[in-house]
Amino acid sequence: MSKQRLTREQIAERAAQELPDGGCVNLGFGIPNLMSNYVPAGKTIYFHSENGILGMGPRAKPGEEDFDLVDAMKVPVTVIPGAAFFNQAEAHMMTRGGHLDVAVLGAFQVSEKGDIANWKVPGTKGSGGIGGAMDIAVGARRLIVCMEHNARDGAPKVVRQCTYPLTAIECVKAIITDLAVIDITAEGLLLREVAPGFTPAEVQRFTEPRLIVSENVPEMRLAAGGM
Amino acid sequence: MKNKIYAGGDEVVADVPDGASIMFGGFGGAGFPNNLIRALARRGTRNITAISNNCGSGDNELGILFKNKQIRKAHASFPGPTANHFQDCYGAGEIELELMAQGILCERLRAQAAGIPAFYTTVGVGTEVAKGKEERVVRGKRCILESALGADYAFIKAWKADRIGNLIYRKAARNFNPLMAAAAETTIVEVDEIVEVGALDPEVIITPSIFVDRIVQVPGR
Repeated sequence: MSKQRLTREQIAERAAQELPDGGCVNLGFGIPNLMSNYVPAGKTIYFHSENGILGMGPRAKPGEEDFDLVDAMKVPVTVIPGAAFFNQAEAHMMTRGGHLDVAVLGAFQVSEKGDIANWKVPGTKGSGGIGGAMDIAVGARRLIVCMEHNARDGAPKVVRQCTYPLTAIECVKAIITDLAVIDITAEGLLLREVAPGFTPAEVQRFTEPRLIVSENVPEMRLAAGGM
Repeated sequence: MKNKIYAGGDEVVADVPDGASIMFGGFGGAGFPNNLIRALARRGTRNITAISNNCGSGDNELGILFKNKQIRKAHASFPGPTANHFQDCYGAGEIELELMAQGILCERLRAQAAGIPAFYTTVGVGTEVAKGKEERVVRGKRCILESALGADYAFIKAWKADRIGNLIYRKAARNFNPLMAAAAETTIVEVDEIVEVGALDPEVIITPSIFVDRIVQVPGR
């Protein structure tokens, strides 16, 4: 069995399995943004964009772009039947006010308490930018983080305490990485699934806080040929 | 009745003074009042306090005003990866920046428009943006106090205006524009088209005319 970590696309594919049919969902920059390509067949998801769209569809085809209809990454998109437009304050009533069923953000670090740091790398030049992340993190009914399990230098990104500037505290419910699916519970970090070929002990080695490991931790299920 | 319609961008910003605070609508390339911004660049107004989600994209959007060193202070949420002129000014210490959560920017504008001086929110608790702000527990949740945010002017972009300033927008180009229109002392809107009073169905008007002071019809983005 191969022992490759998941690709970013595969992390997105696994994360998309968490989206409920008919749910209103916001996807952040990075890996989360790839998830819309992997909505399971038969499910309708109303994707929310903080610039005032609920019911965002796929990217616009070349030649059919309308630059008044863009997502939060400036990409021309489409809308699906049942979509609505509204202003930015209403868009954030939806984020902050607990109306989104699921939000998925990228992150630099997530702590075992569910703190998230995703807007600024310490020591870098420039202003950084917060955008909608703080409102989304605080308000989503279920906040999932999608990220690589370790930074490029190998440092764990699932940590006891975040050292990067925080986005919000005690709000992440689940972490989906190239190694594992982890639930953040009152008792601590519960290892729900591992990447195909990896053992819980291996995942623990790449993770700073202690993981709660049951007797049988299943492997993530991904489309055949995806590995 | 007061005429709100001006001949062009240069005429409509001709009296915007040095030191003015100005809100700029727009998000993700959509709904920016680019013609008004370029007119302000030509006019050369300086020491501007700018309130905007982004801080420009190359020379476009607010970029030209940072390039020209016309902005002294910015209140923003996501200056943006392509805001090179802003980042140059910021790196050189020429700009004062207040960075805030995007939804809190919205809500501060809305509070100003609604006559609410301040409000408590859970957003930002335990983060850098909470520094110096009053914190208290409200209904069992840690909150920080945020204040209303207004400005002398709002520069906004809409799709159509009638001659008294009722506005409708296109798709995601609405974004911050209706909020800023309601939160400024003087609201200036650039539109694709001006129509007669009564031509817009009252059921679909997004910004009622009471919030709009000056209108220009200008071609192009």
